[in-house]
Amino acid sequence: MEFIIDSLKEAIKLIVKLDREFLEIVLLSLKISGVALIISIIVGLPFTFFLYYKDFFLKRVIIILINTFLGIPTVVVGLFLFLILSRSGPLGFLGLLYTPYAIIVAQFFLSLPYIISITFSSLEKLDKEILIAYKTLGANTLQIFLSLLKEVRYGVLTAICSGFGRIISEIGAVLIVGGNIAHYTRVMTTAIALEIDKGNFILALALGLILLAITFVVNLFLYFLHKNMKK
Amino acid sequence: MGVNIQICNVKKTYKNKIILDDCSYSFHENKTYLIYGPNGSGKTTLLRILALLEKPDDGDVAYFFKNFRLKKNLDLYRRITYVQTNVVAFNGTVYENISYGLKIRNFSKKEIENRVNNILHLFNLYEKANEDAKLLSSGEIRKLGLARAFVLQPEVLFLDEPTNNLDEKNLELIKNIIIEYKKNNGCIIVIATLDISFFENFSDEILTLKEGKLIKL
Repeated sequence: MEFIIDSLKEAIKLIVKLDREFLEIVLLSLKISGVALIISIIVGLPFTFFLYYKDFFLKRVIIILINTFLGIPTVVVGLFLFLILSRSGPLGFLGLLYTPYAIIVAQFFLSLPYIISITFSSLEKLDKEILIAYKTLGANTLQIFLSLLKEVRYGVLTAICSGFGRIISEIGAVLIVGGNIAHYTRVMTTAIALEIDKGNFILALALGLILLAITFVVNLFLYFLHKNMKK
Repeated sequence: MGVNIQICNVKKTYKNKIILDDCSYSFHENKTYLIYGPNGSGKTTLLRILALLEKPDDGDVAYFFKNFRLKKNLDLYRRITYVQTNVVAFNGTVYENISYGLKIRNFSKKEIENRVNNILHLFNLYEKANEDAKLLSSGEIRKLGLARAFVLQPEVLFLDEPTNNLDEKNLELIKNIIIEYKKNNGCIIVIATLDISFFENFSDEILTLKEGKLIKL
């Protein structure tokens, strides 16, 4: 027990001192996950509104597939991306494997289903007549998109938070496609795994505490969001 | 001079049921048309096809201005407004709801303020301007839907059961607003209703839908 308390004390000291290695890993994680999330939002939101707006053959199949991807094990995503990005894979010529870009691609695919699925279910709760109302008041497609976005803003924020929560704490795919290279692709989760292997629990604990704090803040934000929604 | 509408051999089928069957008619400016028929007779479908919100399976809907056929683009859509049977309030205040159509047309803030305030007074909604539109009563939401349309001063106005959920006092109010609007704007107003008696005094032509056919009474 004493060992745990001592390690925790040292970990907190490390956080307060803003240890260079610790800070570098945290910032890289936030940067990679932030970029992946932004790309997911840019791709996911218009696609979700298209899904809602248009009725077409296979629409339901696409929705079921996206919902399936919500629960896909991250190592499976990592494995597929590894096969695609490895030198003998179809996109091997891009040389992305073991770079931060590969992690961004992996995290993009992991957060995208969250953005689409949660936003879509918020849209589905709207009265479909709202589309007729926007159209007949003279809105063009972009204006309809922006108006719908305003209408389901809480759902969209929930989707973004959930997507971020998923990728910031993910290890499987990041380890496989990123390779956990120091100062380059080492993010919080992979660093924790490595430091535990090395027996350096202090850095692992410090990173764990930060990860916990980030997840807590995201969940706190979601809690207030839902409270606001109920009002 | 305003727009005129011509529909030619319009057909519409839903799940193998014929809703509109070979409907042809011309709607002219400065006239009020009443489309009367029981529930499920196809009034809403006809109105939505006329308002270019739905496409017919067959036939043609054309808008003319000075004998020139108008292209179906955003410019034309913005000259037409359709008020649904079940008005959907948007997130935001009553004021924001009514100003929606003006904002997306890039009207100046001052013009929006003037027009919206006038409409709020006209529909007796001024006191509710800053209230959450989603919390209005069903009668007030109906008035909100009408106010959202009238503030745009459309050349063609389609009203689907405009008197639903309204009490006696508000029925009179809406009736007077429609009469005044037509007098001042010379537009086409097409009203779909179950209640023929309420509108027949001020409508120029009464049509009915019988087994999908559009018939002038």
